[in-house]
Amino acid sequence: MARTSKLEELLQQRDWLLADGATGTELFNMGLASGDAPELWNEDHPDRIHTLYKGAVDAGSDIFLTNSFGANAARLKLHDAQDRAFDLSRMAAEIGRDVADAAGRPVVVAGSMGPTGEIMAPMGTLTHENAVEIFHQQAEGLKAGGADVLWVETISAAEELKAAAEAAALADMPWCGTMSFDTAGRTMMGLTAPALVALVDRLKHKPVAFGANCGVGASDLLRTVLGFADASRPIIAKGNAGIPKYHDGHIHYDGTPDLMADYAVLARDAGARIIGGCCGTTPVHLESMRAALETRPKGGVPELDAISSALGGFSSASDGTDPSTTPAPRRTRRRARA
Amino acid sequence: MSDEEEDIILSELNDEELVQQMFDDLYDGLKEEIEEGVNILLERGWAPYRILTEALVGGMTIVGHDFRDGILFVPEVLLAANAMKGGMFILKPLLAETGAPRVGKMVIGTVKGDIHDIGKNLVSMMMEGAGFEVVDLGINNAVEAYLEALETEQPDILGMSALLTTTMPYMKVVIDTMVEKGIREDYTVLVGGAPLNEEFGKAIGADAYCRDAAVAVETAKDFMARKHNQLAAG
Repeated sequence: MARTSKLEELLQQRDWLLADGATGTELFNMGLASGDAPELWNEDHPDRIHTLYKGAVDAGSDIFLTNSFGANAARLKLHDAQDRAFDLSRMAAEIGRDVADAAGRPVVVAGSMGPTGEIMAPMGTLTHENAVEIFHQQAEGLKAGGADVLWVETISAAEELKAAAEAAALADMPWCGTMSFDTAGRTMMGLTAPALVALVDRLKHKPVAFGANCGVGASDLLRTVLGFADASRPIIAKGNAGIPKYHDGHIHYDGTPDLMADYAVLARDAGARIIGGCCGTTPVHLESMRAALETRPKGGVPELDAISSALGGFSSASDGTDPSTTPAPRRTRRRARA
Repeated sequence: MSDEEEDIILSELNDEELVQQMFDDLYDGLKEEIEEGVNILLERGWAPYRILTEALVGGMTIVGHDFRDGILFVPEVLLAANAMKGGMFILKPLLAETGAPRVGKMVIGTVKGDIHDIGKNLVSMMMEGAGFEVVDLGINNAVEAYLEALETEQPDILGMSALLTTTMPYMKVVIDTMVEKGIREDYTVLVGGAPLNEEFGKAIGADAYCRDAAVAVETAKDFMARKHNQLAAG
């Protein structure tokens, strides 16, 4: 792809970019019922999706993600809408295009693509070909709706990220990819941060930027970002605003706007260039993050102690890379252990 | 190197060595070897229940501990559980015939709106591995599905799983409905899933939040022991 994407242009002009906050938890606040598909609102309540996007843009986000996380055939079949992946993705991007074009400054519409929810072969049943097809459908929808870049997020398996990368290539779209490191510093499938760096290097269609989103809390996410140190392309940090708590019938994330401001600055110091929030991050958080990034000077790479004292402790003792947490190589047939 | 290692003939091992070898084979997810091991122990006159507890559950306990400690991850545990299933397939009919004791019964399912069942399947398999009878309702369960299963299956434990912030509040809907119907106290309710935490579990009225499948098994055993103690005391 010879042309330079809008996101790449912005990255060339600026040291850091502010991404958006939460989608799912924000939609709850607008009345989404638990268990319903957020993507159906692209059709049923486009005004609310417009409000969601505009909230991020007005708070200073340079990039926002479309409401299409689960708009793939594998997930939509649950709502008997498996044939609507393309349409619902397209609508998500169209609403985004409107909001971005009216912003009066360059804003990137990032077409969100979440995991299929299936386990890939050989462990599970989803083949590489099927996964590529599922992601490709969604990618074409997002492209048709006017997304500037595809944004593959909350992925756990290396195989799934590879399939999404291939789908982005088929759709001839630039893409970004983030994984969720929520299990003792690794993804659920066991991938470490340095392993993601190596994986990205091996991909044919490389992402514009890559990194981590969601996971446990803001501290864990920054520890993961430190693990991307050797990366040769821009790093993305999209951490949750603390951890979820249940209050009076709704979910509330306990991270304050001040905490997320500290998180944003630490993320930049840790080497991230695209910084945003994930679950629980509201426009109020984003405003406070933007103000902090604009006013506080850049510092050195933070030590783990500085991260935990600013944002709270880590959920596990290690980031999953030390030798004591690496299993012995698996035998594939019966042999005595050496 | 491994090429110079000797192939092991399972049938030539004594009982103790064989069980140790089966622990290793479970750890590495070698299904055929586990099936062979189970058959050899049966031929040697082991009771099915003894094979289940000493060889399979023993081996899965090690897998569970390493999963809990962040040494093994989902792919490895899925392979191990698959190997155990191979052994269980042989033992299940025999266990039914011999009237082996049952630790407890659990109904489990992923809540409405959520298709993620990786963690739920792990819990399901490891609970079976620990000797529980498990009725798996699959994904996308509305409150009615849970209630119906509680009614027909009469389990000791209800397990609910959610992997999304958009679906986790649904667990509260189920628990609230159980309270309304006056059946909440008849069951132990365990919840789990990546976005949850202990405080969330308490706030929605569950008995416990289980961080992973290994913790779920330990917690379930714990609650069963308390239940037995209460019955004994009452």
